[in-house]
Amino acid sequence: MSRIDITFAKLKQHNRKALIPFITAGDPSPEQTVPLLHALVAAGADVLELGVPFSDPMADGPTIQRASERALKKGVTLRSVLALVAEFRKQDANTPVVLMGYGNPIEAMGWDVFAQRCADVGVDGVLTVDFPPEESHDAFEHLQRHNIAPIFLLAPTTNEARIQQVAKLARGYVYYVSLKGVTGSGSIDLSAIEEKMPQLRKHIKLPIGVGFGIRDAVTAKAVAKLCDGVVVGSRIVQEIEDSTAQNVVENVGRLVKELRQAI
Amino acid sequence: MYNFPDNTGHFGQFGGVYMAETLIPAVEELTAQYLRFKDDPEFKAELAYELKHYVGRPSPVYHAKRLSEHLGGAQIYLKREDLNHTGAHKINSAMGQALLAKRMGKKRVIAETGAGMHGVATATVAARFGMECIVYMGAEDIQRQAPNVFRMKLLGAKVVPVESGSKTLKDACNEAIRDWVTNVEDTFYIFGTAAGPHPYPMMVRDFQSIIGKEAKVQMPEMIGRQPDAVIACVGGGSNAIGLFHPYIEVPEVQIIGVEAGGYGIASGKHAAPLTANAKVGVLHGNRVNLMQDEDGQIIETHSISAGLDYPGVGPEHCLLNEIGRAQYVASNDDEAIAAFDALCRFEGIIPALESSHALAHAMKIAPGMDKDKVLLVNLSGRGDKDMNTVARIKGITL
Repeated sequence: MSRIDITFAKLKQHNRKALIPFITAGDPSPEQTVPLLHALVAAGADVLELGVPFSDPMADGPTIQRASERALKKGVTLRSVLALVAEFRKQDANTPVVLMGYGNPIEAMGWDVFAQRCADVGVDGVLTVDFPPEESHDAFEHLQRHNIAPIFLLAPTTNEARIQQVAKLARGYVYYVSLKGVTGSGSIDLSAIEEKMPQLRKHIKLPIGVGFGIRDAVTAKAVAKLCDGVVVGSRIVQEIEDSTAQNVVENVGRLVKELRQAI
Repeated sequence: MYNFPDNTGHFGQFGGVYMAETLIPAVEELTAQYLRFKDDPEFKAELAYELKHYVGRPSPVYHAKRLSEHLGGAQIYLKREDLNHTGAHKINSAMGQALLAKRMGKKRVIAETGAGMHGVATATVAARFGMECIVYMGAEDIQRQAPNVFRMKLLGAKVVPVESGSKTLKDACNEAIRDWVTNVEDTFYIFGTAAGPHPYPMMVRDFQSIIGKEAKVQMPEMIGRQPDAVIACVGGGSNAIGLFHPYIEVPEVQIIGVEAGGYGIASGKHAAPLTANAKVGVLHGNRVNLMQDEDGQIIETHSISAGLDYPGVGPEHCLLNEIGRAQYVASNDDEAIAAFDALCRFEGIIPALESSHALAHAMKIAPGMDKDKVLLVNLSGRGDKDMNTVARIKGITL
C-alpha cells in the first residue's frame, strides 16, 4: 500500500477526515519550506500538497500567483522542489507528499526522469492542473511505473462520463474543486457540493478531497462533513505572505491547528 | 491529403486540450457547437453577409509597384487586410466567434489582446450584437497601445489591465482564462489567435482562411497564376494560417512565416520560437514550440510589436514547420521599422508593425529574385495604432 492509501485507511479507521494543506515550494524562501512542512504535520496535516512554482499559473488566483512569483525569484525549480522533498523525508517517512503544479516544468525535465526522481525522493502523488486525463497518457504510464499516484481534479462542471474516466485512472485520492473559479476565489456553496457528492461517489471509490474557497475553520468543518478530506491552499499561502521570516512557521502552525480542531 | 487537426484536436504531436478540468466541458461544448454550425447554411449566410457589408470584404490585393521597382527584383503584392473594418484581420475571426456565441446564448464575451487589434475587433462585434465585453490587456501593452485602449472603451468594452508576470499578451491570456474558469456558464471566450485549446486553433483558422481563399481567386485574376510565395507575420499566427491554409496543398507556392526577431535571435530577446527552434512545451491549452528556460518556465519575450510579443505559436504552424511545408524566419525590430518606413514612403500605406515584419522579409528576398517572380504579403493590419511607438523610436514627442 502507498503512503496515501495507508493514511486514508487509518483516517477511516478512526472516523477522521483528512486535512490537506497546500503551500508553494520555496515560498517565502527555499530554506523555510522544509520547516513549514514539518510544522504542517505537527499541527495535524495528513497529506501535504506542495506547489511547484510556474511562471504562468493560469488556474490560480492572485494569492498563489504571488507565492509562485516569490518562489521563482528565489530561483526555485522543479529540481530544487524535489530536493526539498528529499530533505523533508529525512525526518518524516510517513506523511504523503503530493506535488501540484503545471505540466510544462515536468515536460522540460521529461516524465520518465521526473517519475524516477519522485520515487527516489519520496513523492507520493502528482497533480498536474493543466493535464486532463485525455492528455495524460505519457505522464500516467511513467507515474504508474514508479507507483506514483496521478491525482485528478473534478469540477462542478464535470459530467458523468468524465467522472467515470477519472475514476479509472486516478489513484490515491480525487480532488474535487468546489467552485467554478481560480484558487482562493469566491465563496463555497455547500449545498452544491452536497448535491454533487452522490454522483461522484457512484463512480469514485477513492477518497474525495474538496478544496478551493475554504478559508476558515467553520467552512472547513462544514465541508469535512461532506467528503473525506479538506484541502486548504490560498488561506495558508496568505498567512505565509502576511508573516515575517521569524514568525511564519509559528503562524502557519497555529492556523493549521485551528483547522485540524475544526474538522 | 493534409487534414488536421484530428478529432482530438491534435496537429501531429502539437495542439490538444491542456486545460484545467473546470474548463474541459466548456471547450468540449464549444467544439460540438462549432462543428454543428460551421456548415449550417444559415450560419454561413449570416457570416458571409456580415463579412461583406460590415467588415468590407473581400479585401483587395494590391501590387506595390513602386516598392517593387525600388527593390529591383520580385514583384510584391499586398493582401489588404488593413482595409477591413477595425483595421486588421482580427475582425474575421471575432465576427465568426460572435455569431457562434449568439447561437450558444452567451451574453458576455471576453478577450485577451496584445496590440489591441483583437480587443478592438471583439469590442466592435460585442457592440454590434449587444453583448457585454471585457478585454484583458497587459499593463505594458496598455502603455504601448493607448489609442486602441481608448477605442475599446468608446465601443463600450471594459479594459482590464493585467499587472502579473511580464504584463504583456501571455499574461493577458492567463487572466482571460481565469475569468473564463470563473464565469464559464454565461461567457464566450473570443480567442484572438489560432492557438489555445482545441477547437480554437481549428476554428480561428477556419474563420481566417477567408484571407487565403480570396487571394487564391484574386491572384489568377491579377497575374494569371498563383504567387511564388505567400508571406505573413507570425505571433500566435492567425493572419498567417488564414493566408497559408488554402495554399498548403498547392505545392508550387512557397509558404513563409515571419516571426519577431526582436534584437536578433542570437540576443535571446525575441519572440521567434520556430526560428530559434524552441523546445516543445505546453502553455495556454496547447502543445507547441515554446520559449522557455531549461526548467520549463516561460521566458519573457521581446518584440517592438505588441501583437507578436508572445512566447508560443499556434500548433498548426509548429506542424507545418516540422513537416517542412512552411519555412519560418525572423525579422528584427530595426528591419520591421525600415519596412514600415518604406511602405509609407513608396506606397502611401502605413502598415502595422506586426505586418511590417512580413514585409521586411519580402524586401529582404525580393532583390535576389527575378522580376517576374511574385511575393504575396499579408498586410494584416494598419499602423495607426503604432504612431506612439514609432514616434518614440524616432525620438519624436507627439
